Amino acid sequence: MPKDTSLNKILVIGSGPIIIGQAAEFDYSGTQGCLALKEEGFEVVLVNNNPATIMTDTKIADAVYSEPLTVESIEKIIAKERPDGLLATLGGQTALNLAVELDQAGILQKYGLKLLGTSIESIQKGEDRELFRKLMIDLNEPIPESKIVEDVPSALQFADEIGFPIIIRPAYTLGGKGGGIAYNREEFISIVTNGLKMSPINQVLVERSIAGFKEIEYEVMRDAKGTCITVCNMENIDPVGIHTGDSIVVAPSQTLTDEEYQMLRQAALKIIDALKVVGGCNIQFALDPESKQYYVIEVNPRVSRSSALASKATGYPIARMAAKLAVGYSLAELKNPLTMSTYASFEPALDYVVVKFPRWPFDKFTKADRKLGTKMKATGEVMAIERTMEAALQKAAESLELNNIGIYLPKLVKEDTSALINRLQHADDERFFILMELLRRGVSIDELHSQTKIDYYFLHVFNHLIELEGKAKKEKLSPSLLKELKFFGFSDRSISYWQKTEEKEIRKLRKEWGIKAIFKMVDTCAAEFEARTNYFYSTYVFGENEAVSTRGKKKALVIGSGPIRIGQGVEFDYSAVHCIQTLQKLGYDAIMINNNPETVSTDYETADRLYFEPLTVEHILNVVENENIDVTLVQFGGQTAINLAEKLEKAGVKLLGTTSELLDILEDRERFYQLLDETNIPHIQGAMAHTKEEAISEAKKLRYPILLRPSYVIGGKGMVKVKNQEELLSLVEQTDENHFPLLLDEFLFGQEAEVDLIADGKNVFIPGFMEHIEPAGVHSGDSYAIFPAVSLSKEIKEKMTDYAERMVQHLQYKGIMNIQFLIDGQDVYVLEVNPRASRTVPIVSKVAGVPLVDLATTILTGKMLTDLHPQIAAHEYVAIKYPVFSTHAHSDVDMKLGPEMKSTGEGMCVGKSVEEAMRKVFDHLFPIHSDGIFVDGDKKDDVLDYIKPVTDNFESWLEKKEAVLYYNPEENDQAKARRQKALERGIMVLTEEASFQAFLSALTVSKYTPISLHELSDKGVEMSL
Amino acid sequence: MQGYLVLEDGTVFEGKMDEIVSPVKGELVFYTGMTGYQEVLTDPSYKDQIVVFTYPLIGNYGINDQDFESKKPQVKGVILFQLTEHYSHYKANRSLKDYLQKWNIPYLTNVDTRAVVKQIRSKGTLHAVISKDKQYDSQDKLSDFPIRDVSASEIETFGNGATHIALIDFGFKKSILNSLLKRGCKVSVVPFHQMEKVFEIKPHGIVLSNGPGDPKQMKNYFSTLNQLMKQYPTLGICLGNQLIALSFGGNTTKLRFGHRGANHPVIDQKTGNVFITSQNHSYVVDKKSLEKTPLKLRYTNVNDGSVEGLEHEKLKVMSVQFHPEAHPGPEDASFIFDEFLDTYVAAGREKVYA
Repeated sequence: MPKDTSLNKILVIGSGPIIIGQAAEFDYSGTQGCLALKEEGFEVVLVNNNPATIMTDTKIADAVYSEPLTVESIEKIIAKERPDGLLATLGGQTALNLAVELDQAGILQKYGLKLLGTSIESIQKGEDRELFRKLMIDLNEPIPESKIVEDVPSALQFADEIGFPIIIRPAYTLGGKGGGIAYNREEFISIVTNGLKMSPINQVLVERSIAGFKEIEYEVMRDAKGTCITVCNMENIDPVGIHTGDSIVVAPSQTLTDEEYQMLRQAALKIIDALKVVGGCNIQFALDPESKQYYVIEVNPRVSRSSALASKATGYPIARMAAKLAVGYSLAELKNPLTMSTYASFEPALDYVVVKFPRWPFDKFTKADRKLGTKMKATGEVMAIERTMEAALQKAAESLELNNIGIYLPKLVKEDTSALINRLQHADDERFFILMELLRRGVSIDELHSQTKIDYYFLHVFNHLIELEGKAKKEKLSPSLLKELKFFGFSDRSISYWQKTEEKEIRKLRKEWGIKAIFKMVDTCAAEFEARTNYFYSTYVFGENEAVSTRGKKKALVIGSGPIRIGQGVEFDYSAVHCIQTLQKLGYDAIMINNNPETVSTDYETADRLYFEPLTVEHILNVVENENIDVTLVQFGGQTAINLAEKLEKAGVKLLGTTSELLDILEDRERFYQLLDETNIPHIQGAMAHTKEEAISEAKKLRYPILLRPSYVIGGKGMVKVKNQEELLSLVEQTDENHFPLLLDEFLFGQEAEVDLIADGKNVFIPGFMEHIEPAGVHSGDSYAIFPAVSLSKEIKEKMTDYAERMVQHLQYKGIMNIQFLIDGQDVYVLEVNPRASRTVPIVSKVAGVPLVDLATTILTGKMLTDLHPQIAAHEYVAIKYPVFSTHAHSDVDMKLGPEMKSTGEGMCVGKSVEEAMRKVFDHLFPIHSDGIFVDGDKKDDVLDYIKPVTDNFESWLEKKEAVLYYNPEENDQAKARRQKALERGIMVLTEEASFQAFLSALTVSKYTPISLHELSDKGVEMSL
Repeated sequence: MQGYLVLEDGTVFEGKMDEIVSPVKGELVFYTGMTGYQEVLTDPSYKDQIVVFTYPLIGNYGINDQDFESKKPQVKGVILFQLTEHYSHYKANRSLKDYLQKWNIPYLTNVDTRAVVKQIRSKGTLHAVISKDKQYDSQDKLSDFPIRDVSASEIETFGNGATHIALIDFGFKKSILNSLLKRGCKVSVVPFHQMEKVFEIKPHGIVLSNGPGDPKQMKNYFSTLNQLMKQYPTLGICLGNQLIALSFGGNTTKLRFGHRGANHPVIDQKTGNVFITSQNHSYVVDKKSLEKTPLKLRYTNVNDGSVEGLEHEKLKVMSVQFHPEAHPGPEDASFIFDEFLDTYVAAGREKVYA
């Protein structure tokens, strides 16, 4: 079937700001989808209020709206743009739910909007527990005994029949939000009560637990003609019981016979066909490890995190194909873009192993509940490709950027064996490393199997790794041992650790002994057909190197930012992708190295060559050597890339614009303050302490409160505000030695502002000033912010500019830089300088109409600012950046904001005034009933002038349907408990007076109008590079 | 110990092997499916072939008693990246390694299997030896009539259903038999050299099985086949498909490097439906040669357009190049058996009993 020619303009709904369960994968699928539609000649209108994405770039769609993802807001856009088609299967649960709501509100009908791809009816059959259950029964597909309940007594009745454990899954929530496993009556009542509240339709499913079964997923596709294919299957190493987003997953399945593989595949195809899905669909099964009995667990009739993973694991571009299927094409009509000689109606064959490892935020949320269950807690993930399971696991572990040395997590050494075995009973984020540690201590595979139900196949692989590690520890390194270790994925760093030598020594030895990495291609077809891909992974010891370096253009390597985590989100991928695109425009061969399967940067179509590798010195050097890289850029891969700079430089890699000397000056507090003193830039009083004693003596010279933190951090990791000496003493006493040196800074109360600037060593271009709404003390990533700033005086801005210029000129800095300022009256202090693209770069670029990364890249490759003449868009709109928190996933983490970052994502709304933009930010709370807002805490009188107080007490207010916002700025236990209760009921919580005032300003606005980013930039001057 | 895969064009791939008595020779082919090694090894169509598994981890779920396609491994040798020794599966009772050793099937591990595939892709199917030396030198002879080596010697009957099918054995896969039994058939497996006995058996239909080697080796049987097909509804699978084409005057040619895997898309020219099939063949029916025959093209390969299935203009004869019985591979094409039994065989029976 060819393209649907009745369509001209298609509205695509994105997934909004990043939250756990809905992350960068939807930037990847959304970008692919929009580009696929444009390729077919459709006009594309996109609504997505996550500015830190490639898909919201004005060149991806014909109109991009960073507007609220609410029915009201989308109706306004529909009324304005009058699209004739709606594609809602690329924007996660958010878009899917909106499509259902738009349909139910009669808006699709009112505007004659055709829903493309999977129908509403099918979506509901997949998503609504009862409809889904009925369909499975009709199809004769097995599902675990379960019951849909809308109240606690009926849930209890089920529990009495079935017994515990029981799984609770609320309807229509993402990432298993509000669900869990209950092992007893008490837990059961609590989870069910909460789940009912979290479900938008107050419905939960209670279900017999099949924990311990193998968890197998299939990514399937179907076209409107009914052709079905499976792109990939995946096996969770962790059996059923842990959310697949929190599981270590391998592709393809490893422990299924062909009969089992085909049995589940056939069931998957039968289900997708019955659902009449048009596009991609994810189906999860539980398979009894001792029989052919299986159950269908879940169906997601849309592209998902798993489909992004499957796309990267196989090379098959699911979202791109799904978009084409949605506009009428059939699979057999579409070419496989990797081979261009075969068609999309085939099933990829892998000749390598893929491991996905989740990345959890417990390095930030140190006190949060680390236990894993049916509710997803990971913020991101890494993927690794290799030819043995052992090596793939090692690569994945190397990519995590935690305090692990490969498969070894030193902190576990201190825990005794029985405690570690205990920790296995209820899985947590360190389970893989605990298993490794226990095997290291000689605990049997049988014991580990009985504790975890992990398949023996995987446990044997784990044990093999430990056997090899034992050799690395005890034996003298010989060429044959080194070969064996490299073959099974031991990094030079791991080997050097066990051999008590330096990493570079191992690299040297390898070269002497001729043991090197070669690169293999990902081509969807196991080399059966000639492929034209540029997508590679490394493997060691033997084999043909398929990534033969091409001659001709100069080669530039861009280092990516790795897994999404708090403090380093999709915005860094945005920068990396822009850098790649600019390098290509400038005539370079742009080469990407990254390990995050969710992102646009790891789409094989983004760079000229993609190396899917851990971001470690060893792997980067391998690529540099293999490709004969001319220049490497580390300014666009967040702190991950910056942290690698020194070692790369020492290894002789030519970095553009970044030197270890520069980084040291900016990151070593003593040298940084010295720099500020030399350039006469005011800074806060502070010191650096290398020992506990030094910390105590240095603190005596400062005024409390003091901000205490380790140096070299991402997103304020480990930052604490210390009120007095007593607190300091106790904290310093508890601090682990490897966290030193510590930074101590006086804590000033004042306004924060920041700039993202472009510098060419002499000249500075500042596209605008961003002011934070909350005062200093709230991490910049968690603050509401206004761009361009509205309250900063001309004098203040001049000071900021002056300081920025002085700094750049003194450092002769080239590229992109972020400077954070503190403003106290007329005084401006420099707080922090980041010599890299920052979190706010996409916002500034989009609102000012200036592509900052493109400019920076152009300058880094040799141009001067005076050659480029960047100009700021001449509009009078203002943008609000707002933080978004994943409290659904980490409900035990207190929302009270502080110097440590807690948000997982950010959104942006644009308005003619700050108030209008704010109105959009809080649109999802509207209409707000007079009982909707509860103001709590000692200082409530400060804000109560503005709104009518709620007369209820807190507990009874909580139960009200109208309750939407809870404000409590206090730092005590009661406040914390109340915030938590509010969050658990899906009520928004604000903890800062400034944020609350900002919210109040939104109440003054009753109407708002959507504005596209194209309209903003059209008001500016197009810059040519 | 060190071992080598030496191709007839002189290309040498290194690997690790156990001691073998003497070098073995075979036709080098590759299988791209990610599961199903037990089925592949025991599929008689792989007679005299050295199979390269493109998936790097083979042996994870061991060997069990149920998933054999014939009584013993049929391949000449096996080329692997990694052979998993610590298998895990509730049905398994031995490792793949033990199984190969028991049957003296030479195997080479730690081979850059992807590079081997690329060599086959660029040179076409080649012969190769597995040896401890780097020489293409082997006393090992390939069978001059592989079908004879893998087919049964006596007629044997299975099941007791009302519909009686004669499965003519050119080296049949057990799953073809199972597919028929599962659908309530009584099946008589007739060795190809006794095919004329079908006239005595008087089945309701005939299935021509898969089998190894060049279909033209069966030319002495074409006229008998032709006679049989005039009398009985017939389904040809794989080699059976090629034999049908040849019996009606068509031609077969050898593909550059064959189709072997679980992911081959096939389109039904009648309905436009596309489905994924399991395949294992080197030879293919020449599309052009069909013009002079009473055979019509029913199925084609989506990727290379090659012939995937035929229908006779008048007779109740249908054939497919792919494997509707799956094992290994997807079961999307199992409808072929239903179509054959429900439409072709049942219609014939009505006539008989009318």
